[in-house]
Amino acid sequence: MTSSLSNANLPNEGNPVSSTIMTVDDSPSMRMLLKAALSDLGYKVLEAEDGVEALERLGGACSAGNGPDLLITDINMPRLDGFGLIEKVREQDRHRNLPILVLTTESSDEKKQRARSAGATGWIVKPFHPDKLAAAIRRVLH
Amino acid sequence: MNLDEIQQIFFQECDEGLATMEANFASVRQGGHDSETINTIFRSVHSIKGGAGAFGHERLQAFTHEYETLLDLVRNGTLTLDSDLLGTIVGAFDMLSDHVAAARDGGDAPADGAMLARLVAASTPSAPAPVAAVIADAPAAAAPAGDGFDDFDDLFALCEAPAPAADGHSGDWQVTFVPGADALENGGDPLLLVRELTMLDGEVLAADVSRLPLLDDLHPERSYLGWTAIVPGAVAEDDIRGIFEFMGDCDLTIARIGMPPVAPLADNDDDDDTLLVDLSEETPPVVVPAPVAPTADAPAAPAAPAAPVATILPADPATPRTVAPPPAQTIRVDLDKLDRLVNLVGELVITQAMLAQRLSEHGAGGISELTDLDHLTRELQESTMAIRAQPMKTVFSRVPRIIRELEVETGKRVRLDIVGEMTEVDKTVVERIGEPLTHLIRNAVDHGLETTAERLKAGKPEEGVVTLSAAHHSGRIVITVKDDGRGIDRKRVRAKAVERGIIAHDAVLSDEEVDNLIFAPGFSTAATVSNISGRGVGMDVVRKNVQALGGRIGITSNFGSGSSFALSLPLTLAVLDGMIVTVGDQTFVIPLGHIVESLRPEEDGVKILGPTASLLDVRGSYVPVHRVAEQLGIQGAQTDPAQAVLIVVESDTGQAVLMVDSIQDQRQVVVKSLEANYEAIPGLAGATILGDGRVALILDVDALISRWRRDPRLGLTPLGLAA
Repeated sequence: MTSSLSNANLPNEGNPVSSTIMTVDDSPSMRMLLKAALSDLGYKVLEAEDGVEALERLGGACSAGNGPDLLITDINMPRLDGFGLIEKVREQDRHRNLPILVLTTESSDEKKQRARSAGATGWIVKPFHPDKLAAAIRRVLH
Repeated sequence: MNLDEIQQIFFQECDEGLATMEANFASVRQGGHDSETINTIFRSVHSIKGGAGAFGHERLQAFTHEYETLLDLVRNGTLTLDSDLLGTIVGAFDMLSDHVAAARDGGDAPADGAMLARLVAASTPSAPAPVAAVIADAPAAAAPAGDGFDDFDDLFALCEAPAPAADGHSGDWQVTFVPGADALENGGDPLLLVRELTMLDGEVLAADVSRLPLLDDLHPERSYLGWTAIVPGAVAEDDIRGIFEFMGDCDLTIARIGMPPVAPLADNDDDDDTLLVDLSEETPPVVVPAPVAPTADAPAAPAAPAAPVATILPADPATPRTVAPPPAQTIRVDLDKLDRLVNLVGELVITQAMLAQRLSEHGAGGISELTDLDHLTRELQESTMAIRAQPMKTVFSRVPRIIRELEVETGKRVRLDIVGEMTEVDKTVVERIGEPLTHLIRNAVDHGLETTAERLKAGKPEEGVVTLSAAHHSGRIVITVKDDGRGIDRKRVRAKAVERGIIAHDAVLSDEEVDNLIFAPGFSTAATVSNISGRGVGMDVVRKNVQALGGRIGITSNFGSGSSFALSLPLTLAVLDGMIVTVGDQTFVIPLGHIVESLRPEEDGVKILGPTASLLDVRGSYVPVHRVAEQLGIQGAQTDPAQAVLIVVESDTGQAVLMVDSIQDQRQVVVKSLEANYEAIPGLAGATILGDGRVALILDVDALISRWRRDPRLGLTPLGLAA
């Protein structure tokens, strides 16, 4: 049983102008790299330097009605690491469907599986090329 | 912010990361580490690796990768941190510092082959060789996992499926995918993948709705659909496959239309070569078994029965566990901006003083606003200076590595104790104290500490102790380098000094003076100049460097039980509290840090010893009196001690008395360099501008006193009077 599907029905190409991305990384240079790349792509960027700050900012931004459309988080961070952050975010009902990309230096299947089972939507392997970053975001940003 | 600027920040992060690591190594060595200590070290390496990759420092990235792998095994408990392993980890840390420096300065990366081999060996459980071989092969075995769908190729041939609308697409890709039922979890959305395919100029041919249940059974958060699309043949297969990377459990087939399968089958009666494969119903999902790395089965602890570090260096139960403090929150400010602020505040202080003076001339000196302004100015100045202040830690953190290298070079065993590393001092001082301090450390290990055999013979513990400490002491910072070695052998020092013609053979010297001989130019006690301390730099250069910072250096030594070098430095080179005094028609500033008391002598309080020498009886002890006017050649000053003001000062060489005409005021002054604006003058430390606009010279108390003490039989250059 098949039915044809018109390409016109597809979601638009993730209109960046209206999309906000929160980046979480304890390294200022990595945050800046992300911000530079994401800004070039036309996204608005919120930043946090570890899981704890990310949760605070996420709560604050959502209360103010401008919550992020996507979360990009590092794994290894002090206080609350990336896996812990994802778990806490997914616990909140309103964020069950928030796309989350993890930044990882490993591209092994084991790490990917771990990211997925932790609740991540996808991953970006560091160091990232801006085009790859853009592609990864397109694949998950609603 | 461009890439270069971000890279600069990355290198600053590297420095911070390295400092954090060093601090945590210290915790480990003191037996006070916990899992977070190792975790923090791991994170530092991990961050450096991430940045190294981003900025294209491949050697650094490769090195940090192996380093991180080993640390990860320690972190997760697979490896136990024994002294051998710690040695490897700390050794790798030193090399990491070199790698970072090479990446920053664009120099050659260090030869890290041996260290990489050590890291890999340490990461590999010490098991029979075959296991290691299997591990080495593991990645290769794992590699095909991503291409596991190739197995479908064989299956394609078995399939006979309708080929809807695939005509005319020979050579293009036919992509069929059925996301798993959980594809909508975690924010996933298969429709986005369809969009990606269309962005590759793909065209969706059909949606497979065969798995859609009846409405009653439909779960809104489950995925039931599958799609078939045609993507132009020019697109690389990897690009298509990449789209589905995040879809965990997804049936995906990518096949070139019109391409015969691997082995064309005889019973393929379809006259059209097109293949359409839908495996979702007929074929169970092909599970590519994840290769089980043999490491997972490896014994948790390495076979080497090395004792845990904690037992080698037992933690003193009386001392609290040392946990490295969390990194401070900081903001980076361009130094030029900061210096401009410091200068402006300095000018403000001077202007404020002038204003106070003018007001008092008009009888308004007592108004409360003036006092408030004075307080605020002073507070502003202190706060500004505090911005420039840095903990000694930035210097001290480099010392452990120096010690480690010295241990290797000398074969001695050294324990380093660091006290007061958070003591703050002006940035300029921090930056310029490193070199003399390094030399003192080298001197302590090389000359101060005995060899292991000598120590045991002397009944001392095998391990020598070098203590590095910093503390604030009456407006100055005192940095001490202390060893528990052999101490200064005064007979040998004296003999050497006579031999080198530094002193006459019959010179009468106090112990203190003999000790100070080692600061004489051209003096070296080592029988042969070793390649550690004797790099053409003597202790005289150390003293010169310290003096250039407005500092002093002193020695206390006990033969047989060790020496201690104390550097006393001003906290800031920009301001000082001083007493304003007059001598003849001149106004001088005496730094308050030196002043013990000031007094007018009693009639018989001053004992005259000769035309220029006299002593003051200060409550029973006699202190030499220095007439500032005579020292500096000033006319018209008071010559009768009974009519003058005597100021008791503390100096390197003990107490002394400075004789001046009168005391005018006590206040904070902004130091203006004589060297920068005129030239260095012996006996003067600098100049300042007073409230009335006049220039007053700041006395260099140590220099004035040592000049007087100068013994013609000593060839020593007096303190502060280096030609």
